[in-house]
Amino acid sequence: MPPGTKVFDPGWVADHVGQIVERILQHLELTILPLILGILISLVLAIWAVRQQRVYAPITAITGLLYTIPSLAAFALLVPITGIELITALIPLTTYTLLILFRSFASGFTSVPADILEAAEGMGYTRRQRLFRVELPLAVPLMIAGVRLASVTTIGLATVAAVLGGEKFGGLGQLITEGIQTFFPTKYLLGAVLSVVLAFSADFLLVRFERFITPWAHARVGGG
Amino acid sequence: MADQSRQAATVEFAHVTKRYDAPTGKEKGKPTPGAVNDLSLKVPAGKICILVGPSGCGKTTSLKMINRLIEPTSGKILIDGVDASTRELTDLRRSIGYVIQQVGLFPHQTISDNVATVPRLLGWPKARQKERAEELLGLVGLDPAKYRGRFPSQLSGGERQRVGVARALAADPPIMLMDEPFGAVDPIVRDRLQNEFLRLQETIAKTILFVTHDIDEAIKMGDLVAVFETGGILAQFGSPLEILAAPASEFVARFVGQDRGLKRLSLLRVSDVPIRPAVTARPGDAAADARRRVLDDPNRYLLLIDPGNRPLGWIAHGDIPADGPLTEALANPSSPQLNKRTTLKDALSLMLDADVQTGIVVDRTGAVQGLLSIDTIADKMREGEHAAAFDQVPPPEPEVGDLDPADDPGATPDAVVTEA
Repeated sequence: MPPGTKVFDPGWVADHVGQIVERILQHLELTILPLILGILISLVLAIWAVRQQRVYAPITAITGLLYTIPSLAAFALLVPITGIELITALIPLTTYTLLILFRSFASGFTSVPADILEAAEGMGYTRRQRLFRVELPLAVPLMIAGVRLASVTTIGLATVAAVLGGEKFGGLGQLITEGIQTFFPTKYLLGAVLSVVLAFSADFLLVRFERFITPWAHARVGGG
Repeated sequence: MADQSRQAATVEFAHVTKRYDAPTGKEKGKPTPGAVNDLSLKVPAGKICILVGPSGCGKTTSLKMINRLIEPTSGKILIDGVDASTRELTDLRRSIGYVIQQVGLFPHQTISDNVATVPRLLGWPKARQKERAEELLGLVGLDPAKYRGRFPSQLSGGERQRVGVARALAADPPIMLMDEPFGAVDPIVRDRLQNEFLRLQETIAKTILFVTHDIDEAIKMGDLVAVFETGGILAQFGSPLEILAAPASEFVARFVGQDRGLKRLSLLRVSDVPIRPAVTARPGDAAADARRRVLDDPNRYLLLIDPGNRPLGWIAHGDIPADGPLTEALANPSSPQLNKRTTLKDALSLMLDADVQTGIVVDRTGAVQGLLSIDTIADKMREGEHAAAFDQVPPPEPEVGDLDPADDPGATPDAVVTEA
């Protein structure tokens, strides 16, 4: 290794493992909380939209509108109300998930074939039983496709939260920001690489999860 | 199935009408598709009643009013005398088996779980659900060990349809509603499923209401057939033989088709017509004696049989040697073998295929019982064409229902024919 400024300094990394882990955990917090909130809100909205088709278009319009608000603008608007707190970052990160999640959840429910719904009704499922035991399980593959997309998007977007969070909850974005400000490539490269690794891992885990909970969707013809 | 009181129930439509918003504009005045107009009919317990008619005639609407997927505009549907509209909705539906054309199996559940759907809704203990699913898979001819853990996507169309039937039977409902249950499978599989279902019905004896647009299926499957006309009007209600022999209107006559004489043959069996004795001999018998005896046969053919009385073949009078023993080499082995349960339609078609005048009627062991000639069948067919009214046809005792399974346990209710 040549002396002087290195593009990547493994020594620094080894010395700052604690800090790096903390940033990763912060980033996970910035990602997982909005996703869970987004999933819950979208699920309610999607069930509503499937029951009452006329609300589908307005919900799509509103979630689309929320998606177009730039994240920095959203932070600026929220700071006077919620202060420089984690919640200020979580609100826009949550609303950004809604467009993707709502659409994929709604299409998950509408993908359930009519004959299956009719069979369920004819055999005496109550509406609630049908929703939770038939429609929801069958919507899962499309729902998870949406969650995969939303999680990758949120992991990327969460780096912007560094402008608010700083040391407190800035996540991997904080590593990147600091690295750029101090002309220290190791830091911002690490931040960027870890974001990508996080995104890939999340996607991979969701794929595995989907296979695990929907074995029926992957059953081979003629297999057992 | 141990509980006989639940085995089957009567289903009665009492002046049932279903009206949909009338068409407007150009279509004004035309009947609305799916409407039902003052339908009254009664299906006795344990019978298969087929609702048949052109599309939009209200047959499916009628079916769905029984489990109240559709509510009638007026009139009542009585199940064992009880007005269905007074029953709690899910409770009513769980007591009625329901099979639809697209089957509607739950793709996310295993075959075993699919079959146990209604028992699960009824809160049966897990072990009993499982046991019942296994029993029913066996009943519809699917090996539980092989199928229980599979998903519907891993089954063929015919297998899925069988699972659909098993699922409908799971809680042993007294009534089954079947909406074109065999409509989505190819004709060969359909024929097999129909036969299997008729055989199954001999054991389960449910009250079955079955919708189809196929008159041949209606005639084959029904103890009773309700022919619907566009506008939801019941055009005729009776046994298949009644409807074929004496269509109540021009519409019914057209709907059952020009070939109703031929269709009648598919309802009649070899046991319904007289058979004549065969002149038989065994290899080794004296030819001279056989040559003399064969003159008694109108066609002068000798039937050579083996020691078990099974047919070996024909020897024409002219081919029988004047003396010496008969040998098998003399026999011409071409004639279809029929049994008492072969339909006359199949018998006729076998004889035409083999280009012969006579079929050999054999029993379960293959032993010769007598001969059936093509003329006998033709007579029977003409009898139907000329039947003026109901008095010439047998009482509405169903053809398929009166089969005694003990008579021939291996046979399907349809033709059992062994080629010679």
